[in-house]
Amino acid sequence: MPPLLEIQGLCVEGRTPRGHWVPTVRGVSLTVAPGEVVALIGESGAGKTTVALASLSYMRPGTRVVKGGVRLDGIDLLALDARARRAARGKDVAYVAQSAQAALNPAITIGEQVAEPMRLHGIATREEARCRAIALLARLDLPDPAELAGRYPHQASGGQQQRVMVAMALTCQPKLLVLDEPTTGLDVTTQIEVLKAIKDVIRTHHSAAMYVSHDLAVVAQIADRIVVMKDGAVVEEGPTTDIIAHPREDYTRELIGAVKPRPVGGSVNFAVRETAPLLTVERLSASFARPGFLSKHDIASNVLQEVDLTIGRREVVALVGESGSGKSTLARVIAGLHAPFAGRVALDGRPLAARARRRDREMLRRIQIIFQSPDLSLNPEQTIGEAIGRPLKLYFGLRGRRRAERLTELLLMVGLAADHAARYPAELSGGQRQRVAIARAFSASPDLVLCDEILSSLDTIVAAQVLTLMRDLRARHDVAYLFISHDLVTVSAIADRVVVLYAGRVCEAGSAASVFSAPAHPYTVLLLASVPELRQGWLEDVVAARPPTRVQTGAAMPRDLGCPFRIRCALAIPGRCDREPPPERRVAAGHVAYCHREVTELRAAPV
Amino acid sequence: MSDATGNAPAVPSLASTKRVRRKLTLFGAIGIALLGVNLACALFGSFLAPHPPGDINPGGAFAPPSGTALLGTDYLSRDLFSRLLDGARFSIGVAGLATCIGFLVGMSIGFTAAEIRGRLDMAVTWAVDVLLSFPPILLALLVIAGLGTSLPVLIGTIAFIQSPRVARVARAVALGIAALEFVEVARARGESLASILIREIFPSAVRPLAVEFGLRLSYAVLFMSSLSFLGLGIQPPDADWGGMVRENLPGLYYGALASIVPGVMIGLLVLGINLTVDWLSAGADAQMSEELR
Repeated sequence: MPPLLEIQGLCVEGRTPRGHWVPTVRGVSLTVAPGEVVALIGESGAGKTTVALASLSYMRPGTRVVKGGVRLDGIDLLALDARARRAARGKDVAYVAQSAQAALNPAITIGEQVAEPMRLHGIATREEARCRAIALLARLDLPDPAELAGRYPHQASGGQQQRVMVAMALTCQPKLLVLDEPTTGLDVTTQIEVLKAIKDVIRTHHSAAMYVSHDLAVVAQIADRIVVMKDGAVVEEGPTTDIIAHPREDYTRELIGAVKPRPVGGSVNFAVRETAPLLTVERLSASFARPGFLSKHDIASNVLQEVDLTIGRREVVALVGESGSGKSTLARVIAGLHAPFAGRVALDGRPLAARARRRDREMLRRIQIIFQSPDLSLNPEQTIGEAIGRPLKLYFGLRGRRRAERLTELLLMVGLAADHAARYPAELSGGQRQRVAIARAFSASPDLVLCDEILSSLDTIVAAQVLTLMRDLRARHDVAYLFISHDLVTVSAIADRVVVLYAGRVCEAGSAASVFSAPAHPYTVLLLASVPELRQGWLEDVVAARPPTRVQTGAAMPRDLGCPFRIRCALAIPGRCDREPPPERRVAAGHVAYCHREVTELRAAPV
Repeated sequence: MSDATGNAPAVPSLASTKRVRRKLTLFGAIGIALLGVNLACALFGSFLAPHPPGDINPGGAFAPPSGTALLGTDYLSRDLFSRLLDGARFSIGVAGLATCIGFLVGMSIGFTAAEIRGRLDMAVTWAVDVLLSFPPILLALLVIAGLGTSLPVLIGTIAFIQSPRVARVARAVALGIAALEFVEVARARGESLASILIREIFPSAVRPLAVEFGLRLSYAVLFMSSLSFLGLGIQPPDADWGGMVRENLPGLYYGALASIVPGVMIGLLVLGINLTVDWLSAGADAQMSEELR
């Protein structure tokens, strides 16, 4: 059978701000057979998206094809004029972008947007298109599709939006579907549903697909064949089973190695629970709502609801939860960047002022924060030396040669070179920039470092290196971390204790070993089961093992006194979980869960 | 910039957007040339002038160009060319100084409001709105009627009229920057307000505000000329270009250049400023879109 898509010797160049053209894709050849799912995998900057877009004969502004051909069903796409290309897009080949939120038009209802391609290509009348749109939404396991079709994109959850994008791409029954990191921005629990829906729908439509991702474990669930890319060239390609089991190239092995083993618990670092904790957070509530002139504060607007947390000296506490659970807000409150609505934060027993402005310098020095994206947390107009040197001057009054010496020491400590000090952030890679942010935090010799998703903007391999750095620093310095992450695998490699947050409330807290090996709260159980494994068939297993939930993800989270997880919980007790706050249940020594069910009931539940 | 997150920069030259050399366009070159000539007039005009600006030329009033008076004479038969060169320092100097002061004041207010937020921000926004609701010429008439006209009063008045406009733009620019994480890091570090404004916010606000500076400057030149045209600006025997247009108006009947040339000079100065600003902002836009990519 001739291949459906044939990319031959594709070379693409990108223009630098200075106006030079530099190669970004260097002679990539690949084929996709009808009905086959091919995954493109590699780090960011490897040229995956450029190749994926080329199969729609689309070039991003500032890029150009130098050489090579793209043939879809025997037709040379690059030779077509603009009109013919437009006719092919959506009909013969369709694209699903990474961020549905950015790709969907906020002013048009979901149903109309899904129906639009059919009408544009003259395939169906308005009424037919509408019916088919709703049918497609149903096929992607979206709840109540007829009602959803009438909603606007912002009224659907992130996972739903992503599935709407897939439905939109499938409307004209394209021969080839190009998916660009369709689940990357999603929480692990949501990712499974979207992944399953995509997989099923591709099967039933018999359409071929190109699946771009950086996540090998995700790709293993869906792809027939994997193409590994690096620096704009294909490193290795082969059937999924072969690539995972017998990678030939070092780079592929490195990628597989970075998909660390799933958390099993027992990653006991040095547990140091002294009597007096370093930081205590008591009954903390925070909200983004501004108090009205006359209206009273409504707990429904709380992002954090009566959260308790303690961090011991030299202890690493991981804060885990999906997006919107209030993890970052908690870090911002501790750092004094967001004033809490109620509650108390104390360092060494001394209460901290709500705002950083009102805290004394010594207190500020002892707590440092590192943000997710070093692109945003480093001032683009300051050199690395200025960025790291500033705390040295501010907190220790270091100047001149002594400051320069300390600066070099710090740079070397985080694995950078002394001459990086003179450079600007834009001249560094993402991983190097995050190292600078780490050096800046450590230049204050802090007692507590708040790490807010510091690895999530980095590529797998780089993230693994930075994680190792964090572990080393922790071993060599007298420092505690509040390590915020949505990624349980990362957390298991560094945390002494884990706190699981859901909708602004703690649902489980305990030693990392205990929580990972014997999770009690249904949400923690779900979260742990949702971490993708590098094993084909994992997706089917986990979907089959899931208890039926009454409401799919994405329904509005209730913010009242009841348990926020009840609408997704298979064990919810009507009349109780929605009225009373869940009581504390002792699971093991230093391990508690907040649930209306007894621990024995939770243990007995089928998971 | 989302593509540049590898540990080794995959495409190093794509990532380095810092210090981009801007390509000179034709209109940019014209703008800079016009601005340069005008600035040279303002700085050295008094020394270059062939005659003292107050001297009476023997050729008579509204005389056509001749060897002794390159552009002819004005209504008092003074050398127009010398007076033009001498007047440049008023037109450009007063407008430039007033714009600088207006920027200093407006930026301080706008940045502070954006960083502190809350009630202060509301008060500033409200005050700016009130000031902006007055027609500027009316406001200037009021001030000058009260204080009389002199160089410091003129400069102060124009600066006062500029500052709320600058404050509004500066606040809008700073709001976006103040929400960025590097400013949060500075706050969490315990930096003082001044340090946050100067070290963190100002460097990132320079480029968008430079464009605003050009626009404000050309506005100040025109405003200054209007005031002088109304007789409220520079007082005789000195005259800026706006004043020269006014005092030589009767010459229009005789077809003399005396009223036209100063007007043309004002036009060229404003054109020069605007072309330069356009070129600068086009560069800023191009860089912005590169960064967004």
